[in-house]
Amino acid sequence: MLAEFLQYLFTGVTIGATYALIALGFTLIYNASHVINFAQGEFLMIGGMATVSLTAMGVPMVIAIVLAITLAGVLGIALQRFAIAPAKQADVVTLIIITIGASIFIRGIAQLVWGKEYHVMQNFSSDEPIRVFGAVLNSQSLWVLGIGAVVVVALVLFFTKTLIGKAILATSMNKEAARLVGIRTQMVLMLAFMVSALLGSVAGIVVAPITFTSYDIGIILGLKGFVAAAIGGLGSGVGAVVGGLALGIVEAMAAGYISSDYKDAVAFSMILLVLFFMPRGLFGAKVVERV
Amino acid sequence: MLNRFMQSRLQGLVVLTLILIILPAFLSNPFHYELATQIAILAATVVGLNLLVGFAGQISLGHAGFFGLGAYFSGIATGTYGWPSVPALVAGAIIVGIIAWIVGRPILRLKGHYLSMATLAVGFIIAIILNNERAITGGPDGMPVPAFEVFGWELSPFGTYSLFGLEISGVQAWYMFSSVILLLAVWFALNLIQSPIGRALRSVKGSEVAASVVGVDTAKYKSLVFVISAIYASLMGGLYAHFQGFITPAIASFEFSILFITMVVLGGMGSTFGVILGAVVLKLLPQVLADFQDLEHVMFGLILMLTMIFMPKGLLPTLTAAVSKRIRKKTGGEA
Repeated sequence: MLAEFLQYLFTGVTIGATYALIALGFTLIYNASHVINFAQGEFLMIGGMATVSLTAMGVPMVIAIVLAITLAGVLGIALQRFAIAPAKQADVVTLIIITIGASIFIRGIAQLVWGKEYHVMQNFSSDEPIRVFGAVLNSQSLWVLGIGAVVVVALVLFFTKTLIGKAILATSMNKEAARLVGIRTQMVLMLAFMVSALLGSVAGIVVAPITFTSYDIGIILGLKGFVAAAIGGLGSGVGAVVGGLALGIVEAMAAGYISSDYKDAVAFSMILLVLFFMPRGLFGAKVVERV
Repeated sequence: MLNRFMQSRLQGLVVLTLILIILPAFLSNPFHYELATQIAILAATVVGLNLLVGFAGQISLGHAGFFGLGAYFSGIATGTYGWPSVPALVAGAIIVGIIAWIVGRPILRLKGHYLSMATLAVGFIIAIILNNERAITGGPDGMPVPAFEVFGWELSPFGTYSLFGLEISGVQAWYMFSSVILLLAVWFALNLIQSPIGRALRSVKGSEVAASVVGVDTAKYKSLVFVISAIYASLMGGLYAHFQGFITPAIASFEFSILFITMVVLGGMGSTFGVILGAVVLKLLPQVLADFQDLEHVMFGLILMLTMIFMPKGLLPTLTAAVSKRIRKKTGGEA
């Protein structure tokens, strides 16, 4: 009984931490530019796939991970510079279609380079599972949670202690005013996309040993991250973390106790329920529409 | 006289009719007719979706859900229960309309990205149900759908028919049928846009607060247009199922929803004929790109991005703006 519950909880928290990282990526870009980046899931895919293929070529894992994250970061900058920035006056829907086009493009290239097969990635440390009150905990889960926590702390420090972090915050609050005090907002936007891509690729790498990875893994993971971000309230960092963890746990419990066929439906029912009662998510900002 | 015609709202409808009549001269094999029929059905669907997106300014990333529901309702009612096609189509549309009304009320209070999230969720849930209820829908493997029939007269892509003494194939008959359906869909949409309802919708798009201040019941009109666009999708889904003869949950998938919304945005939001062009381009593009094999997706994504970056208003509005600018230059600013 307890063992079963703990088992589902471990699964839920692990995948929830991944969702939280993806949701943070969405939040960051949304705050900086009010764009919902449908290519966010592709950063995950790039992270996982690049690490797998580099280690297969004999590159030590740590270096492979660093290279994969760098690749994702460059991609994030390129996405902002060449796809989002040129479409300045575009509608929200138009921007969504642009990021969808970008995700199809990135996925197409990944399929070209890495093929359509599933790839397996090794655990970071031992394959030996840990037993807690009869439940089995994959050692990789600890890596996911640990790295997730480190990333969240690093983000908080980045936004509160560094000048660049504060510049991003300022731009997200008021772009014109930020420019007036000398912040190069275009630079800041590129930076926001880069950090978001780094977050995505880290999530993709740490979770790859658990879920496997393939060229199309980004679609559903990206959407789940979007759900998590919306549950928390778009634009709220705390909301993204809470939304991600809540989504992961509810999903794992539903899959365990109710039906694994309807696992994905749980996420989408959950977001509908939250939005019915809280149209701006759990932690979303109250905004008054001006006419 | 020509001037009066140019200004009339029937102008576009007449041009579209002419195109649909002339087109068969360029269609040389059954595959072409099949494509043209599919395009007509999808185009009619996005004409309905455009009422919601282009005129009322509300986004839907889950419209394939309604398309899929309509398709499966027709398929199950005619195939499993032996209903005649037309009552099945109508009953499906009514049920989908009711579902859209029930989910539309709470959903349409949401704005922007939250609305896109909610519609995406509705579409996803429908697709997941179609995938999992194997006993009724056949699950991921799909299900066969009987040919469309009216009063015992069957319209099958594989049959042959005679019309005014001419012998035509099943796909040709379907092409004519779907062309008529498309024209009806456009005619209804154009009338709706010019009606008081259409004006109310455009006021909602302009500014919802301002619209409600001058007495427009914005919630009512938004739900109404959501239901209308869902009914469009349901009817076209049903026809699509009959034409294809086989359906899988893929037609209700997120990818299909994205295809619909992309047709609207690429063709030109708010332009009824623009979105038809969007349907044509997006359905033909993969055929053209198929020659590039492995590069197909890369090219598709690239073209999508470039078009939206350089023509954010969509293909048709950008093209007509360019053409009328030319004409104005030639006539010295007179027109």
